[in-house]
Amino acid sequence: MSGLSATRCGLPKESVAENGAPPRGKVLTIDTMNPTVKMVEYAVRGPIVQRAVELEKELSEGRKKPFQEVIKANIGDAHAMGQQPITFFRQVLALCSYPELLNDSTFPEDAKSRARRILQSCGGNSMGSYSASQGIDSVRQDVARYVQQRDGGVYCDPDNIYLTTGASDGIVTMLKLLVCGEGASRTGVMISIPQYPLYSAALAELGAVQINYYLNEEACWSMDIGELQRALDEARGHCNPRALCIINPGNPTGQVQNRKCIEDVIRFAAKERLFLMADEVYQDNVYADGCEFHSFKKVLFEMGPEYSNTVELASFHSTSKCYMGECGFRGGYMEIINMDDEVKAQLTKLVSVRLCPPVPGQALMGLVVNPPQPGEPSHENFMKERTATLSALADKARLTEEVLNTVPGISCNPVQGAMYSFPRISIPEKAVKEAAGQGQQPDMFYCMRLLEETGICLVPGSGFGQKDGTYHFRMTILPPADKLKILLSKVKEFHQRFTKQYS
Amino acid sequence: MSSHVRTVRPNQMVALMERAAHIKKMLEQGEKKPYKDVIDVCWGDPHGAGMKPLTFVRQVLAACIYPQLLDGGNLPMDVKRRAQKLLRWCDGGSVGSYTNTGGILEIVENLAQFISQRDGVPAHPENIWIHPGSQTSLTSILTLLLSSEATPKRGVLVPVPGHSTVPLSVAALGGVAAPYFLDEERGWELRADELRRALASARGVCRPVALYVINPGNPTGHVQSRKSMEEVIRFVAENNLFLLADEVYQGSVYDANSEFVSYKKRLYELGPPLAHTLELASFHSASKGLLGECGLRGGYVELLNMDPVVMPYVERLFHLIPSPPVTGQIALELMVEPPQPGDPSYPLYMHVSPKVHRNRSSDIQSAAPSMLDGSFPFPQETEHTRRTLVDNVKRVLQVLNRLPAISCQPVRGGAFAFPRLHLTTKAIRKAKDAGMQPDMFYCTKLLEDTGVFVSPGCEYGQKEGTYHIRFCIMTPTDTMEELLRRLSAFHLKFMKDLS
Repeated sequence: MSGLSATRCGLPKESVAENGAPPRGKVLTIDTMNPTVKMVEYAVRGPIVQRAVELEKELSEGRKKPFQEVIKANIGDAHAMGQQPITFFRQVLALCSYPELLNDSTFPEDAKSRARRILQSCGGNSMGSYSASQGIDSVRQDVARYVQQRDGGVYCDPDNIYLTTGASDGIVTMLKLLVCGEGASRTGVMISIPQYPLYSAALAELGAVQINYYLNEEACWSMDIGELQRALDEARGHCNPRALCIINPGNPTGQVQNRKCIEDVIRFAAKERLFLMADEVYQDNVYADGCEFHSFKKVLFEMGPEYSNTVELASFHSTSKCYMGECGFRGGYMEIINMDDEVKAQLTKLVSVRLCPPVPGQALMGLVVNPPQPGEPSHENFMKERTATLSALADKARLTEEVLNTVPGISCNPVQGAMYSFPRISIPEKAVKEAAGQGQQPDMFYCMRLLEETGICLVPGSGFGQKDGTYHFRMTILPPADKLKILLSKVKEFHQRFTKQYS
Repeated sequence: MSSHVRTVRPNQMVALMERAAHIKKMLEQGEKKPYKDVIDVCWGDPHGAGMKPLTFVRQVLAACIYPQLLDGGNLPMDVKRRAQKLLRWCDGGSVGSYTNTGGILEIVENLAQFISQRDGVPAHPENIWIHPGSQTSLTSILTLLLSSEATPKRGVLVPVPGHSTVPLSVAALGGVAAPYFLDEERGWELRADELRRALASARGVCRPVALYVINPGNPTGHVQSRKSMEEVIRFVAENNLFLLADEVYQGSVYDANSEFVSYKKRLYELGPPLAHTLELASFHSASKGLLGECGLRGGYVELLNMDPVVMPYVERLFHLIPSPPVTGQIALELMVEPPQPGDPSYPLYMHVSPKVHRNRSSDIQSAAPSMLDGSFPFPQETEHTRRTLVDNVKRVLQVLNRLPAISCQPVRGGAFAFPRLHLTTKAIRKAKDAGMQPDMFYCTKLLEDTGVFVSPGCEYGQKEGTYHIRFCIMTPTDTMEELLRRLSAFHLKFMKDLS
């Protein structure tokens, strides 16, 4: 949408003054607008992406560039980078969309029976019907069964499952519920730095206080209780800290927290009476040897009733990542543990305002948590596709770390999970000064230059937060392996060129 | 927790909804009741009420989701071509990719074209954003207009009766929903004097910043006259209000003497300076009309005359809604670009409104009598739907206005009938004893005794001392007949028992 962002403007060409009438004062001006909106920023789709889109347009118009194509390695969109959808899921959803296909012999029986079950749960047997705002009953039950199985039998109540429009919808809804108070008693929410910018944007929009705790880059981006304590103690002076957000596996950092770390965080949350928000959308994306996904809920319950009866927790999952990569369907769920009943009633009310999440996304979430089982016709192919996708991602994670670490001035922590690398880059002093002169963060300056010279679109670390004086970029590991190799070598070349130019 | 969310008032509907779900389940499990099924006409949900999706829409959707279908022989050529085109517009050729925040560029352009042709006034893609449903767009605009920190609180004038979730959204954002009453005796007319009264009253408790209008009306089914629309526009201009026009039912007008005119068009008819200064947000969606695809979540907002300084912030706010579901975007695309004469799917789809070539909208009102002469050999889905709804509305008015103690204003458009119950003092007292609003009491009993699930007027607001029920009229013909049969029998008995 290249031209659009540059010209978004409600006024038509003729100026009002030409009509001779005085301009009516606008109702919505910069002064009357909700002040919190001014604080909202969202780096992943910010100015660098807009420039990338412009360059794409220029290329398609035949303009000469030092590159053949723009590679958008900024956003965690697997299909856009060529990852194939899971056949079974698409078959079931197609059957649900156009049930005449149930008579088509090219569709496997298990796909058909899933489709029939989904349609039976829909009003008028159609995905076009509103569902209950908390989500389709049978899907919530499937999610509960999945969670229970994943967590070694820990009971999951379907009533605690809310289907959402992607995980973002659930996260923002929970934050809306949590944020209250004025001045020094305004709600504070702890978020990891670096963080996924949806959190900071949502907190800004809600006028909440953002409490930054730094992940430890030297220790593979792990969480450090000492650092959590420091951040919290400082924050208590000017706000009321009430929630702690964790992304595991991490975005943008890719770390997979070990079990002990998760236990420590739970103890910390219990001690400090914080509501835990566990963003676990990358739970199947674990690559590194020795790393394993531990769900916060499972660990919580294994720590015994002292914790499992008291700590308030919301965990989030979605259809956008893992091996499915179905961002466009906007499927997701959240599980709410130990929430006060009255608050839960209000939550149910709050979600009813947006009526219901997209039904195809709900159906897809149901399939993700209830995939083909051994013995079913589609099982073999499903496992093949799933394994291929996850192992390709693991290979690309390793490749990325390896190549980036051969570049002097770039140092990349192991990409243990998720879909991104977040290497640290050294930027020469001269470049830092030039960036300042242009009013840009140094890593934004770096990334913009990278884009103009190579067509590669990354997101500067300043969009995610980082320790003062350090610079990073986030690059997805999603492009196909051959393209990724080219991408990495171009980044390497660019970095060396850039460093030399500003030495 | 957030005090604003807490003020979102407790909903009596939840118990009724749960009861309806429970009864449905019991019937499924074979339990015997005086009726064989629940007739669920509580929501504006055509598919839920038994209407069928349009074949063309679902074929294209299926082919987009599972492109292997494009290789087979079973889908019409135009379906395949359309799916291929849509997939080319998706990153990586997949409906599983994120799209631009405001929607796929080509679809937004087609929406702009649809609006331009509908209104005879140019629409610009840069002012249009696709969202997962019109309520999402509305909530975003309200986020800009309201502020939880403002003192005095900011207010939005909302129609009574009106959409039940809008006051909740306003309250949750720290605003005040200030009511203006539609005039039932005059066919739910929106009167300028009432707007003035409402504004003066609102100013006592808040600072009003916007006026929210629903046209065609929900639940009222009225369609505003040109004169009424002009009054609204001038009122908004004089009082420095932002105009929020919910026009999701624009495709559903049944009365031959009514016509949907968009607020944007009406504004332009009034010319400058108003046309170039009045801030307007218009909302539409694929959930209603002939498509009825509520579950796909496709809606859009068109913004007009915004302060250019504010626009970058509007965009940033919209960026927080990561990407509208692609299935919803496809529904919007097909809504504004239906099959054309000559396309293989056209006979089945059959959109024969005389306006079809001018405004290309799926628009119900012009069901010309010649369409009823049965000269077309195929079941024409859109035509069939149109006739069904026009007939349903006639039947509803006929049946209800013949019954004692119930009366219904003409349903000129929209998705619902909103008849008034003239309850006896005995009935009202019985309700109060049961701890319920009288119309909630009526609906509860109606559900229990007949399986007909409708919602009470108290959900939408109504003049003090009046009671109503709301039910969806977008149902198959026999469902409507059965509904009216059960409702009539119940109503007579209810009124007799509590006379």
